[in-house]
Amino acid sequence: MKIKSNIAISDNGFMFDPYSGDSYNLNATAVAIIKLLKEEKTRDEIIEDFVRKYDVDTFTFEQNLDDFLAMLNHYDLVEQSS
Amino acid sequence: MEKLKYERPIINKIKAGVPDKYGMSTRVQIKTDIEGIPVKDIVNQYGSPVFVLSEKTIRETYQEAHRAFQSRYPKVQFAWSYKTNYLDAVCQIFHDEGSWAEVVSGFEYDKAIENGVPGNKIIFNGPDKSDADLKKAVENGSFIHIDHFDELYSLMRIVKKIGKKAKVAIRVNMDTGVYPKWDRFGFNYENGEAWNAINRIMLTENMDLVGLHTHIGTYMMTTNAYTVAAGKLADLAVKTAQKYKHHIKYIDMGGGFASKNTLKGAYLPGKDTCPSFDDYAEAITSALINSEIDPEHLPVLFLETGRALIDDAGYLIGSVLANKRLSNARRATIIDIGVNILFTSFWYEHEIYPGQACSQQTEDTTIYGPLCMNIDVIRESIQFPLLQKNDLVVIPRVGAYNMTQWMQFITLRPNVVLIDREQNLHLIRKKETNEIFKNQEIVPKHLKNKKT
Repeated sequence: MKIKSNIAISDNGFMFDPYSGDSYNLNATAVAIIKLLKEEKTRDEIIEDFVRKYDVDTFTFEQNLDDFLAMLNHYDLVEQSS
Repeated sequence: MEKLKYERPIINKIKAGVPDKYGMSTRVQIKTDIEGIPVKDIVNQYGSPVFVLSEKTIRETYQEAHRAFQSRYPKVQFAWSYKTNYLDAVCQIFHDEGSWAEVVSGFEYDKAIENGVPGNKIIFNGPDKSDADLKKAVENGSFIHIDHFDELYSLMRIVKKIGKKAKVAIRVNMDTGVYPKWDRFGFNYENGEAWNAINRIMLTENMDLVGLHTHIGTYMMTTNAYTVAAGKLADLAVKTAQKYKHHIKYIDMGGGFASKNTLKGAYLPGKDTCPSFDDYAEAITSALINSEIDPEHLPVLFLETGRALIDDAGYLIGSVLANKRLSNARRATIIDIGVNILFTSFWYEHEIYPGQACSQQTEDTTIYGPLCMNIDVIRESIQFPLLQKNDLVVIPRVGAYNMTQWMQFITLRPNVVLIDREQNLHLIRKKETNEIFKNQEIVPKHLKNKKT
């Protein structure tokens, strides 16, 4: 999954989508995921990274991550694969 | 290396809107204990969901209400509205505080007697009193509030037969300027029906018209309606005194005082908008004192308020069963509290608090109950933090009606516990079991042991 290239995000979680003009608020873990996505990390790499750094088990994070990625998709913030 | 604190990732779209001068705090409030007892410990001991009642709050609320009336009017008597919550432990607290019993069925009447309430301290209301109920009430010297002419004539036959005097009042319905008009109970004031009933009673031997009763509605947000109602009952009392030289001993203003819950569709929370006991007391007592009633024969003021006395004392603790996304990406949280045990969620926007420390990040969430029924919605839309499965939630202000109107539907009714004034927990109603329901059923012989 790839975040649209010109989406801007600040360190404190404010995100702006110039395509739609919509703005979003994200919490710290969400910001961290967006950064990893911008680095083109895969879903598995993100899970590995998070479980190593954060106090969370794989199952919980995997479930939360999929939910979050679905929301990015819902808000049309990701590149649609052709 | 110490790991970083985890919070589930969240993205919320920023919605610009017109600034609102009534804007509410967006801080997520949590409720980790009830009167000093951790909700986690209550659930560990009594399971989830579980109703919790606070004896301290019941007593304090009663005393606040009583003080509001007693400080304005010389003769005040409260009667506990059994239908609001007739758990015996709850009734005993109100009786201990000095409340009589106000019952609306033979079942409730017998409950009051079993709770040790003397017959002459029971007010018997409602449209459903069998001949056996009426006979019992007459023999016990209870106050019978007559609802309709059929009941009046039944009672006339009974007192004639047993030769004992009945102490009666009539329930009066009236236009108090509020909608809906509760004209299905009692005799109407405006069309003269109430006056006709009074005349019929006054001309009957063995019937002592001791009181006048009204109950103008429920969750009354305006106190003015009570002023109108008290004035109309006072007029009937004055007319009765003029015509028959008979003084009405009490005026019963019923109940209907709002609790601090928020009604569906209300713009502001109930705790900010509902009248206080002082407001209701001022409206009622000033109408009676300013009426034409002879001060030498000022009637006792009876009050049967239920909801406003018990709602705040009740909590319902439950757990998160699951989180999911609806088709429009909206968050849905399923908890183990359904509309079957939280009946009041049909008309209130109940507050719901996380039962443990949680993130301040919230999402617009729909909270569903566990029933496999589409109507099982506890909150259609609430800014709610991100809870995980098995996290606890606490719903305050559930003391009124839920423990009487609850349904055994799909699941069994849970434990009810009481926290006493020394912070001890007491189980006051046991969780139901399959055995209880099995015992009530009878399968005809020809349907037994059928092989499928």
